[in-house]
Formats: sequence, structure tokens, C-alpha cells
Amino acid sequence: MVLEKVVEILRNYKDEQDLEVTMASTFEELELDSLDTVELVMEIEEAFDTSIEMDGELQTIGDVVTLIEKAIA
Amino acid sequence: MLTGKTALVTGGAKGIGRAIALKIAEAHGNVAIIYRGSQKNAEQTLAELLAMGVEAKSYQCDVSDFNATKALVAQVIKNFGGLDILVNNAGITNDKLLIAMKEEDFDSVINTNLKGAFNMTKHVGTYLLKQRKGRIINISSVSGLMGNVGQCNYAAAKAGLIGLTKSAAKEMAMRGVTCNAIAPGFIDTDMTKELKPEIKEEILKQIPLKRLGQVDDIANLCVYLSSDLSGYITGEVIKVDGGLYI
Repeated sequence: MVLEKVVEILRNYKDEQDLEVTMASTFEELELDSLDTVELVMEIEEAFDTSIEMDGELQTIGDVVTLIEKAIA
Repeated sequence: MLTGKTALVTGGAKGIGRAIALKIAEAHGNVAIIYRGSQKNAEQTLAELLAMGVEAKSYQCDVSDFNATKALVAQVIKNFGGLDILVNNAGITNDKLLIAMKEEDFDSVINTNLKGAFNMTKHVGTYLLKQRKGRIINISSVSGLMGNVGQCNYAAAKAGLIGLTKSAAKEMAMRGVTCNAIAPGFIDTDMTKELKPEIKEEILKQIPLKRLGQVDDIANLCVYLSSDLSGYITGEVIKVDGGLYI
């Protein structure tokens, strides 16, 4: 559920609707730099109406999904 | 030069900020001016801006208040339908010799002059990054470069603003947003009128051009840095000080 929404936001952000994304996909693999990551997390936060701490090491899409799931639980 | 662009100028009701707002309007840019306590000055400046035929509005806000600035930026973007230029000009002085300075004298100046710029840059910067284009101009001071007797709080805040400028420039460059600082010397405004005469006289002796600067000396550069002409300049600190600090 959360993953699906995150993937949708990510695909829109990259403007690539057939982008392959899994929990294990890293930001690096997705060609997202640090600023992209921050922007993306902000969009995800907005979509879920929550906030997550970005000071940890966010490396994969799974890391973001896990934090969002915890935040909205 | 700035047709179709919208600028937000903090401390835009009077002094250097007012001159910047007017020069931006002269270059056909729309202007949102932010003031904290100078409502009468803001009304007057707003009337002048509107008379110049640009879109203009004034907003009351304390830039040191993080949440208030967030709401303010959202409101300005809504009202103007976008934002292109941020001028962090709001500043106060509270001069005392360091050993006579109270904690609150130090904090108030840091909060408005430095934290205020951070607050505005964060909220406006988020929008400009998404837009992939924008200009941020921070009004620092030569006090931040050379120090000044009685101004350890002001000089520290203005030096901090230079660090903020350079860091923001590096972070935002890859999204087409530039960030530069102007370091005015002693400019003929209400703020410098507060300086003690003996300090003022001493300063004049040290200015090679032998006069105080005028607000338009700063505003002209600000318009240039706001425009497309300055697209390859970022992270720069430009002194406008009559040669005071060479």
C-alpha cells in the first residue's frame, strides 16, 4: 500500500511511468542525488500527511517505506 | 529586466529594502514586501510600488518565526502565482561593546539577521528548487567581513549570512538557483543614523570614496543579481562600500 504510493510519486517525480522500483532499489540506482532524495521525501511526507526524520541513512526505497509505515501506524 | 518575475523583499518597508523593492519595480518586477513593525512605512512603499504599475503587496511577518515564514511564503506564492527572487534584507542592530552586551541583545540580532534568512531561504528555496530556477540575494555587511566595534552580534550574524550564502549556493546550483551576498559598507539610512557621531566620523576617514553609500548603490546591484544577466555568478560576496574594506 505504502510502497505503491511511493512508487507512484517516484514515477511522477522522474516522469518515467514504467520505472522499475522495488523495496531494495537504492536512490543511487534510481539516479537520484541528495537533493532529489530530500525533495522526494518531502513530497512523500505531504502525500501521507506525516513527517519522517531524514537524518538517518536513507539509501533504499524500502528505508523510506519503513519509516512512513512507522509514522502512520 | 525583470518583467514577469516576482520578488520577495524582507525588510522592504524602509531603508535599503525599500530601495531594492522600488528598483525591482522600476525593472518591471512584481514585489512582495515584508515588514515586522514599520506598518506606516510599508503602506507608503506599497503605494509607491503600485503607482509604478507593478503587482505589489505588503505582508506583516517576523522573519525569525519559522512557522510564520512558512505560512508567509505559501501566501505570497498563492497571491502572485509564483516566486522567482528572494532578497533577505531584514536586519536590526543592537549595538553595545561585547562585554556590555546582554544575552538577549545578541540573540535578537542573530535571530532576525541570520535565522530569519535561514527561515526564508528554506521555505522559498524549496519552491525555487522545484521550479529549477531562482535567485537568492542576501544583504550582508562589511561588518561581517572586517568586524566593527560595538557590533559583535551584528558582525557575527552578517558573517554567518556569508556562510549561509556560500552553502546554499553550492547546494542549489545544480537546480539552477543562484545565491549571492551583497556586503554594503556604511549606507545613509536610519540604521547608520543611530551610529555615534565619533564612530561615523572615524569611519568616513577610512572610506576612500569619502562619503556614505546611498541605498540605490545597493539596490542597483541587487537588480542585476536578480536578473538573467547574472546567471553565472553564485556564492559570491560583493562589497559595495566605497572602498572601505580593500
